[in-house]
Amino acid sequence: MKKLLLASVAGAVFAGAAGADEIKLGISLGLTGPLESISPAMQKGAELAIKEVSESGKFLEGSTVSSAVADNTCVDAAASVAAVERLVSEGVKGIMGGMCSGETIASLEKVGVPNGIVMISPSATSPALSTIDDKGFFFRTAPSDARQGEVMADIVLEKGIKSVAITYTNNDYGKGLADSFANSYKAKGGAVTIVAAHDDGKADYSAEVAALAAAGGDALVVAGYADQGGSGVIQGSLDTGAFSTFVLPDGMVNNTLVEKFGDQLETSFGQNPSAEGEGHDKFAELAKDAGFDGTSAYAGESYDSSALIMLAMQAAKSTDAKVYKDKVMDVANAPGEKIYPGELAKALELIAAGQDVDYVGATSVELVEPGESAGVYREVDFKGGKLNVIGYR
Amino acid sequence: MDFLNALVAILNFVVIPAAAYGAQLALGALGVTLIYGILRFSNFAHGDTMAFGTGLVILVTWGLQALGISLGPLPVALLALPIGIVLCSVFVLGTDRVVYRFYRKKKSEPIIMVMASVGVMFVMNGLTRLLIGVDEIRFDDGARFLISVQDFKAWTGLTEGLALRLSQALTLVVTALCCWALFRFLNKSRSGKAMRAYADNEDLALLSGIDPERIVRLTWIIATALAVTAGTLYGLDKSFKAFNYFQILLPIFAAAIVGGLGSPLGAVAGGFIVAFSEVAVTYPWKKIATYLGFQPEGLLQLLSTEYKFAVSFVILIVVLLFRPTGLFRGKAY
Repeated sequence: MKKLLLASVAGAVFAGAAGADEIKLGISLGLTGPLESISPAMQKGAELAIKEVSESGKFLEGSTVSSAVADNTCVDAAASVAAVERLVSEGVKGIMGGMCSGETIASLEKVGVPNGIVMISPSATSPALSTIDDKGFFFRTAPSDARQGEVMADIVLEKGIKSVAITYTNNDYGKGLADSFANSYKAKGGAVTIVAAHDDGKADYSAEVAALAAAGGDALVVAGYADQGGSGVIQGSLDTGAFSTFVLPDGMVNNTLVEKFGDQLETSFGQNPSAEGEGHDKFAELAKDAGFDGTSAYAGESYDSSALIMLAMQAAKSTDAKVYKDKVMDVANAPGEKIYPGELAKALELIAAGQDVDYVGATSVELVEPGESAGVYREVDFKGGKLNVIGYR
Repeated sequence: MDFLNALVAILNFVVIPAAAYGAQLALGALGVTLIYGILRFSNFAHGDTMAFGTGLVILVTWGLQALGISLGPLPVALLALPIGIVLCSVFVLGTDRVVYRFYRKKKSEPIIMVMASVGVMFVMNGLTRLLIGVDEIRFDDGARFLISVQDFKAWTGLTEGLALRLSQALTLVVTALCCWALFRFLNKSRSGKAMRAYADNEDLALLSGIDPERIVRLTWIIATALAVTAGTLYGLDKSFKAFNYFQILLPIFAAAIVGGLGSPLGAVAGGFIVAFSEVAVTYPWKKIATYLGFQPEGLLQLLSTEYKFAVSFVILIVVLLFRPTGLFRGKAY
């Protein structure tokens, strides 16, 4: 028994030590479910970073990296826990994911923290994840919705809209965002007429539309998903003439919505986390060469999430999550040489040479405590039946 | 004027949407109730029969559109509907031959048939996705509105608008026609009477020379026709998404049970009861009260919209407690 214990301890130490190895990174995304339309680009974003690092030959003395993908369904916490458990049993050293707030909380608490696996989420934005007891294993390259709520309140008020009705998708993401928006909008002098939840994937949204219309307001805030109830509510509102202006946060801002409603969204506007600048453009180019759309929601964040995991491993000279988790903030933030997409090989070299790096990546990564993105949002409108970017804030 | 505004607001947000949704549920519940009454089991595959049939209708619609056929203001899907019904019926009769007939011959308990139908449901679930995919599909063409909000406001000068979509009107008209034809068929025609006789007493029906297999086939075909019609109307009104058809099974069963399983009239009434209770109970009456001269403080909302599904289930439980066979005295096997 003693021998066995010793052997397993030795094994664990050996596994943690650097050497030319094949290292597996997990990718946990909602490949089916309400966000299935944006998952593929996110997966490709994450795999792009993995391929770049793996092919550089400079990672942990020539180790290669491969990915293991799991479908967390976005909505089903139990399915997500099972999916992440499978990744852990396959021996992944870190996980790019989860995707949606509810399942991320579940899989982090049930699998990530107990097993000591670092999870970096590209897109879970619930404010609840800021205060969760993650023992330092959880980071996100997406900002908390507490921030998005504020930004959205500012935008709405700047447009001169003084009263709104709010509908949100009945889950951690929707509720968190609706609450943070309502609080900051009211604090800034706006009036909220009603806050009504809607469930995704239901047969009929007349009741929700009726309630929202009866409460009134100059615009309707839809904190939902474009593939799901969010567009059901918009459709109903447009048909009955209840609202013509919609305020659309990140779950709604994508091309699915534009294809569906076209020029009916003339006066609507919204915002989603996305950065401008050099990193953004470089990533879009890399993505184009790799055959996917780099401007798709959270694709850049996914690239950054997996890049951060691997750079932190390099900085810690270890693939043991308990060791490299303390390096994530170091590689993400200043001081150091700025690292853009496509420069991961250079970053690995610099780190190996003992120098500091400041990972900028596709989304101008700047992590604030407790390990989440400070958040740059792009403001968009839908004039002329197109998704137009008007500015960043 | 204010009274008219109040009336129009209720029509626009409660009566018209709930009536259209109720009609879709009623058609679905009719199919469920027919199968329950005559074949004696709850068919869980009904929602997916709707999805599969609608998928076929969409494919035929695309074909017709590619040939350049158009019905003017009406959607081409109406033309594709009969073809979809025939194709889907062939498939459903196939499932009866492969699955249900075996259990019927053995005179299995209804619960075994129900479980078999859950199996069929999963198979059809997968087939529908293979056939047409998981994405949302809009297949309505022709005119979208009979009355649009802007036009209505311009005509009447009221501050409240009224919208009536073509698909909503179509749903109500088609449902009324289907009900009329079905009730006439069941009450007047020889086959309809044979079906009712078979439903009442299988052995007596057999003794009086009724061919049970023919009755079974007829039931499947009628139920499938109703399901595909309901699915197509629902898809035209909202949009086609395979997952939503699986979800709609729940309110359909609620409707059929509230009305009384096995009672066609009950199914229709149940559909409307479920739809109206979902919309009306969660409706905030503030605007209406304001039009009528009151100055309410709050929203005057009985329940928030999260609870809309609870409403139909509360009705379901109350009905089952006090009138277990449903409002219209259905059957219980």
